[in-house]
Amino acid sequence: MHTTSRFAAFVLTAGVIAGFPLTANAQATTTKVDPALVETYLQATFGKAPPEWQSRIKPDDTLATCNLYRNDVPSAEADKIVARELAKVVFPADGKWLGNWKEGQKIANNGRGGQFSDDDKTISGGNCYACHQMEKAEVSYGTLGPSLTSYGKDRKFDPAEAKNAFAKIYDSQAVVACSNMPRFGANKVLSEQQIKDIVAFLFDPESPVNK
Amino acid sequence: MRLAKAAAAAAVILLLPLNIAARAQDASEKEIERYRAMISDPFSNPGFLAVDRGEILWGEKRGSKNVSLEGCDLGLGAGKLEGAFAQLPRFFADSGRVMDLEQRLLWCMQNVQGLDTKDVVARRFSGPGKASDMEDLVAFIANKSSGMKIDVQLKHPKEQEMAAVGEALFYRRGGVMDFSCATCHADEGKRIRLQGLPDFSKPGKQPQETMGTWPTYRVSQGALRTMQHRLWDCYRQQRWPVPEYGSDTITALTVFLQKQAMGGEIAVPSIKR
Repeated sequence: MHTTSRFAAFVLTAGVIAGFPLTANAQATTTKVDPALVETYLQATFGKAPPEWQSRIKPDDTLATCNLYRNDVPSAEADKIVARELAKVVFPADGKWLGNWKEGQKIANNGRGGQFSDDDKTISGGNCYACHQMEKAEVSYGTLGPSLTSYGKDRKFDPAEAKNAFAKIYDSQAVVACSNMPRFGANKVLSEQQIKDIVAFLFDPESPVNK
Repeated sequence: MRLAKAAAAAAVILLLPLNIAARAQDASEKEIERYRAMISDPFSNPGFLAVDRGEILWGEKRGSKNVSLEGCDLGLGAGKLEGAFAQLPRFFADSGRVMDLEQRLLWCMQNVQGLDTKDVVARRFSGPGKASDMEDLVAFIANKSSGMKIDVQLKHPKEQEMAAVGEALFYRRGGVMDFSCATCHADEGKRIRLQGLPDFSKPGKQPQETMGTWPTYRVSQGALRTMQHRLWDCYRQQRWPVPEYGSDTITALTVFLQKQAMGGEIAVPSIKR
């Protein structure tokens, strides 16, 4: 589950928690902070926001664990998170995972929605390109996540893999605990149809992702 | 002003095709560096207009006490500006709080000048036809520390508390996307779309270069922007609620970031995309 860098970070965090800061990173060591104090700061800064906005920064059980371990959770905690988040995934009732790849392409390019500067009617995008390479022809992509070029083709367009992709987009933490990727379906950022469309962008043989 | 803006905009437009053609982050980064070097002098960086306006505001008599801000102590003594910004945020005994430059200026306006700051807060960030006293004052005061090294104060227990809370907030996930500052800024060599992301999780060059170049003139916004604005915009992009201006979360994050940037050279106002 852990990449090399994540593993190194875990070792560092573990060292700090155990009270043995590693000398090489002495300046990066963590000072223990009372969670109630952090709440006081947050209240002073975001307390005037409407309750539905404040609830966004109240961590659920999963985020509370991720925050505590700065995403590098022990495997027992990771198992609990994956089980809890998997229970949130609602698979399409019609048993179809693939929507329209052309719509999915638009959603992958759309970074709007959910910001305090957006109005209520703004339809959220997935903004997949902020973090992932997708079509080979697209130059402007981010590298926070892995490249997804030839995603469906590499998986031989296997329907079981498409179902996994649906679950991953619906709730990334149903697959990897404390993944940096948003839980698009569980957090109601994207609709079931939008997620299907993105799965099609990844899995449709006609999609430029697979060309 | 208008001319300088147009020149800056034209330079950016010229750069865009280069960005795409280069097809490589390195090449476009180098071009942006060259462009920054070219425009980052007092005669072509519009940020220096904010410095000039800030100087006038600093000396202007205002408020019920009809005095200027020259009686304001930014940490080195009343009216002493050289190097003050390099040591902010810091603890102030008179207010019993750790304050960043903007919090301190608000405090001085209220307590030294007797000024009602409602209008100043309403114009905390400039917009079309709406100048910001805060942006101009920060540009002027920060510029007086240009060429000096970031030397944030961490001796007082309240300063240490700020740094520790700031670090906790840096890693705190939330918003509908579950993002934290660390989602984008805790790994080396990553980017969003084509935009390179500085890593603030470790002290050193990347935080130094970033923090040493704020406040900055943002060409895309046609305005000089402060760290308060930058963090406000980060929270917007993280899908968090609107942070209260001049509140302690922003200052705590600033203390943490300045701590990571300790020793970095200040070169402000800079110019950025």
